[in-house]
Amino acid sequence: MSTSHAAATTEHVEHELGFFRKYIFSLDHKIIGIQYLLTSMVMALIGGVLAMLIRLQLGFPGWRWPELQALMPGGFQNGVLKPDFYLALVTMHGTIMIFFVLTTALSGGFGNFLIPLQIGARDMAFPFMNALSYWLYPPAVVLLLAAFVVTGGAPSSGWTAYPPLSAVAQAAPGSGLGQTLWLLSLVVLILAFLFGGLNYITTVLQLRARGMSMLRLPLTIWAMFITALLMLLSFPVLTAAVIMLLFDRLAGTSFFVPEVVVGGQLLSHTGGNPILWQHLFWFLGHPEVYVLILPPMGMVSDILAANSRKPIFGYPFMVGSMAAIGILSFLVWGHHMYTSGMHPLVGMAFMTTTLAIAVPSAVKTFNWLATLWRARIRFTPAMLFAIGFVSLFVTGGLTGVFLAQPPVDIQMHDTYFVVAHFHFVMASAAMFGVFAGVYHWFPKMFGRMLNERLGRLHFWLTFIGIYATFFPMHFLGFAGVTRRYYAYQLFERLRDVQPLNTAISIAAFGLGLAQLLFIANFVYSLFWGPRAERNPWRATTLEWQAPSPPPHGNWGAVEPEVHRWAYDYSVPGAPEDFIPQTTPAAAVAAPAHGHGGHA
Amino acid sequence: MSALQTLEKPRADRPPPHGPAAGEGPGRGPGDGAPALQPARVATWLLVGVVTILFASFSSTYLARRTLADWRPVAMPPILWVNTAMLLASSAALEVARRAAPRGRKAAARRATAVAALLGAGFLVGQVMAWRALVAAGVYLATSPHSDFFYLLTGAHGLHLAGGLVALGYAWWRAGRVAVPTTAQAATLTTVAVYWHFVDVLWLYLLVILFWT
Repeated sequence: MSTSHAAATTEHVEHELGFFRKYIFSLDHKIIGIQYLLTSMVMALIGGVLAMLIRLQLGFPGWRWPELQALMPGGFQNGVLKPDFYLALVTMHGTIMIFFVLTTALSGGFGNFLIPLQIGARDMAFPFMNALSYWLYPPAVVLLLAAFVVTGGAPSSGWTAYPPLSAVAQAAPGSGLGQTLWLLSLVVLILAFLFGGLNYITTVLQLRARGMSMLRLPLTIWAMFITALLMLLSFPVLTAAVIMLLFDRLAGTSFFVPEVVVGGQLLSHTGGNPILWQHLFWFLGHPEVYVLILPPMGMVSDILAANSRKPIFGYPFMVGSMAAIGILSFLVWGHHMYTSGMHPLVGMAFMTTTLAIAVPSAVKTFNWLATLWRARIRFTPAMLFAIGFVSLFVTGGLTGVFLAQPPVDIQMHDTYFVVAHFHFVMASAAMFGVFAGVYHWFPKMFGRMLNERLGRLHFWLTFIGIYATFFPMHFLGFAGVTRRYYAYQLFERLRDVQPLNTAISIAAFGLGLAQLLFIANFVYSLFWGPRAERNPWRATTLEWQAPSPPPHGNWGAVEPEVHRWAYDYSVPGAPEDFIPQTTPAAAVAAPAHGHGGHA
Repeated sequence: MSALQTLEKPRADRPPPHGPAAGEGPGRGPGDGAPALQPARVATWLLVGVVTILFASFSSTYLARRTLADWRPVAMPPILWVNTAMLLASSAALEVARRAAPRGRKAAARRATAVAALLGAGFLVGQVMAWRALVAAGVYLATSPHSDFFYLLTGAHGLHLAGGLVALGYAWWRAGRVAVPTTAQAATLTTVAVYWHFVDVLWLYLLVILFWT
């Protein structure tokens, strides 16, 4: 069958598909990516509301909110937020934001949308498995949110679900059915991630367009590729741990549960070791942090290059540093466990590997700054968020260097210093990656432009709001405020931090409100935004050679052929300041005199 | 003095860049002519990696758990040796099928695939009998840490083997279809064999750690 015939069939099929087959149960990677992205945005709203409730309690402890009680009768008593509901909020906020928002939006959303488009493929290697991956996500959401409405409510063991709090049903109100639902929901979601990861790796290895060697891949694809490897190598570990924890909960085994006395009653478990859970959990947990930060690193690199009109600085080092970060991420999990009774020598080893990650991270930061150096920068909203990403990544990364060292960490462990640290890298930097990606690729996804003025306003409010919310948390940590405490003000020594906490809460509410601007912009532009041309940013990568939005099968009759790397911006002597990857060498006019002729 | 037509770092010492997509054109490099590996084969190897990590997590917990104070070994049911022999024979039968297929001996390949699947199913039945033997001896899931792991590891392995049986069934069905070319049938068989032999070796590993008490 000739290529044109195949394309004709594809077009034909596209017209035949009804609404449901085309937009709901679609096998098209672009639709699946957009489904992942939109569902993640809904989940981000839910996770964000939970964060606002947490800040309500911390900023205004003891205040009465009868209106909120009317909305959530189980969570309040006499209008005051209940302690067990507070712990459920903390647990669900973390779980939703890490697994159900950032992982799904970055890998599921942008990974699905961009991988085939940027490597010049028509779709993923296994489209059905890809659709299955998305369709496991809503059931996981239902299982997770159902925990709020069952007896005892949502779990209160934190997103890390340490046993015995998460293993023994009598431990806390949410340790019953709610915790079981939480664990089952994670198993379903992990399956979705594994199907996705298998697909991404196979697609990048097998379906690249002619001429697209591995070292011509845009950095976004390298990031998604390494991320998928991390997911495949780390999520099975959590699966194993969750299965064993479910056995401990439901079948009376003792993998993680030691002899426990709850309410004066000795339980039947004997001899298990909760520390084993911590090892398994963090063996997943630390690579997971890089599952969230690597995709933004790749996307931001491409956005910085396109809007600086300069090639990315040190491309091979960008690839190498991402690979190094990926490998090192598997060797550092113990730095979450310095206070668990770890041998000092082991702690020393984990400190060394953790500090080593700072080296490739610094290489990346240096290369981003060098890309910006003396560039003619276009301050589009995507570019602002990309530059904001670099700022937030440095702020969050530096406190990581503090926490890597056992003597500091033992003091800071489980304080708000840690909360500040991971909110800078995950809630802020990774989230800025998502925003940068949406502002950059929205025209390709939906064929319409977002409003730039609203986008810039959204950036400044968010950027200021993030620093105002999370930076003061470092000081709370120094003061000794512990994370997950419902009523820190009961401690005499912590009463003085109340005004600071109130200020943080007000900043957080502002930050939350600013996101409504983004949602308004998104929804309005989706229907009424100006039509996007094929290549509005004048970028080099392949997706900008396809129509906006690309049709089913992406490329029409002829698949693209790649003749150059992804970063030919401002090539001396070229007629335009960018040369798409599909342009053959002969097509670029040579200048009359070789003033630009240097290597 | 020639104009730079790209800012890509020149790589004169390396072959011209290429992608796996087949066809003619200026971007063509030496790797383009080679038949592309089936995506299914790549995915199968990745799946093998995923399952390896899953069982590495179970067994690292096992090795840590067995050093704790309350560890009492459970006597392993002897039928496990019979099961092991059946599984090894199943892998051997699949190799026979894999050798017959590319030489055009379709019927022989299909028969050997069926034998491999039946032996695999026999292994599963044998594992259930091992469970029943333990239950008869009064050893249940939550009886002791060793029995926790015995049921967990054999159960998880059995589920993965059952998935392999489905794949074997698919290869058997495909081998009977005249419309499918012999090379494609042989390729499917090899892909299934990668997983099946892996599940076989995984069992040998589990057998060693379960008996080593």
